[in-house]
Amino acid sequence: MTDHRTVTQLAAALRARKVSSVELVRACLARIEASQPALNAFITITADQALEQAEAADRDLAAGRGGPLAGVPIGHKDLFCTAGVRTTCGSRMLENFVAPYDATVVARLKAAGAVMLGKLNMDEFAMGSSNETSYFGPVRNPWKTDLVPGGSSGGSAAAVAARLLPAATATDTGGSIRQPAAFCGVTGIKPTYGRVSRYGMIAFASSLDQGGVIAQTAEDCARLLRSMAGFDPRDSTSVDIPVPDYLAGLDAPLAGVRIGLLKEFFDTGLDAGYERRVREALAVFERLGARLCELSLPNIPRSVPAYYVVAPAECSSNLARFDGVRFGHRCRNPRDLIDLYKRSRSEGFGVEVKRRIMTGTYVLSAGYYDDYYLKAQRVRRLVAGDFERAFAEVDLLMGPTTPTAAFALGAKSADPITMYLNDIYTISANLAGLPAMSVPCGFVDGLPAGLQIIGPHFAEQRLLHAAHCFQLETDWHAHVPERCA
Amino acid sequence: MALTRAQVEGIAHLARLELDPAEVPQYEQSLSRIVDFIGELERASTTGVAPMAHPLAGLVQRLRADEITEQDDHARYQRNAPEVVSGLYLVPKVIE
Repeated sequence: MTDHRTVTQLAAALRARKVSSVELVRACLARIEASQPALNAFITITADQALEQAEAADRDLAAGRGGPLAGVPIGHKDLFCTAGVRTTCGSRMLENFVAPYDATVVARLKAAGAVMLGKLNMDEFAMGSSNETSYFGPVRNPWKTDLVPGGSSGGSAAAVAARLLPAATATDTGGSIRQPAAFCGVTGIKPTYGRVSRYGMIAFASSLDQGGVIAQTAEDCARLLRSMAGFDPRDSTSVDIPVPDYLAGLDAPLAGVRIGLLKEFFDTGLDAGYERRVREALAVFERLGARLCELSLPNIPRSVPAYYVVAPAECSSNLARFDGVRFGHRCRNPRDLIDLYKRSRSEGFGVEVKRRIMTGTYVLSAGYYDDYYLKAQRVRRLVAGDFERAFAEVDLLMGPTTPTAAFALGAKSADPITMYLNDIYTISANLAGLPAMSVPCGFVDGLPAGLQIIGPHFAEQRLLHAAHCFQLETDWHAHVPERCA
Repeated sequence: MALTRAQVEGIAHLARLELDPAEVPQYEQSLSRIVDFIGELERASTTGVAPMAHPLAGLVQRLRADEITEQDDHARYQRNAPEVVSGLYLVPKVIE
């Protein structure tokens, strides 16, 4: 039977000893196993370890000990290194890679008592918006299984939407938390760049990557983020600013909060039905006492081309480490070292990853560096400057998370640009390093739509507060796909 | 701007990728589309705008004290290596 309880409810029930972690974990594992043929949300299921951790959590809880998440089942996107557990990043390159250490996010959630049930499917090396580039096969959208769940954190979003798990970690380089959260009707937060440690997160684009969480509610996101966030000396871009208690003040009134509507996000590419859902959500905020105004950020439309220079450039550098020598796939019978590199990489990487590596190689190569790479970095500053000016006038920016609801498998895989434009509303927050969320805001022809909320640097609490107030007024986040109910 | 087959093969070589001759046209086409798409940036006026490499302005990359913090764990790390003998990574002969 499906368990619709949130992390908040489960943590309380566990602490009150109304349910044991072992019972919860067994029930989740049974649902995960049953869902795999239809959804394929998991790459690796760690049943034995999960039961061991659950038993330990139950002992801690019985003794009145245990962290804030003691016994709560969660899953990790298969991009976070997990000691002793296969960590593939959705790639043949790492099909047999067993991480020698835990990512900081994994270690912190473990220390808080959370129990890991497995590693979630994703686009290969987080490069994709549909989860179709995974070497381990696509994840399917629980709302309609011939549709994509979004990507790259497609497994995380689908698992939470299907109530296989109450929450999962995810990462966001250009929309990879928010877009799948929107497509699957769940809540996701990408924190400020530097807020959550990247240590042990397999790198795609180091100046854009940020770890976060997907859950049913903003309150659950706050609960997990409280345990995940914070300074880490092992990540040189981790920021040493105290982490506020994200749960404090979630219920405070919203009156007087200034919300800006990004004119550029309500463009001709936005589906009319989707736009209605977003405008209805904005009316809820207005009813709660927020003040709405329209803003124009003229450089926003250049975000996507700037991103598709910066991200592939960083990707081509980061993925140079996969050489078939120290770890990862190695080709058979290499003739010489160059042959070893070339064939190991060509066999280990999929089409989209190779395309991004080549794009990055091109924009960084002699003669093109100034025209593309430096130019994109200048445009990046213009985008960041637009946001800075906006946040002098408003507290939050809101708009749609995606231009349309989930699309069909295969619908956009033929043309990379069509796929890339799916992230048109999410990419700018990554370029500027801003925290951003997606919150379920209704349905378009039976498919979930997402409201995007963007805030200034380190304003996670403000985002979570607004999202929580919205979720007290609406129940879009509580809808479950019929097949999973 | 259309990339030629030779250009795509040159990029693949720089990236240490070996493309199957049958897949080259697919990359030729999609990379040309991408180059056109990012070429839009040319129209942005960026005179006097400094390039931005890092999203948090004003933050400098920290340096840590020069102290030993890690122990020798090579045996554990080498468990993931394709070929290791006596603690050394094996590769095809590089020097004749």
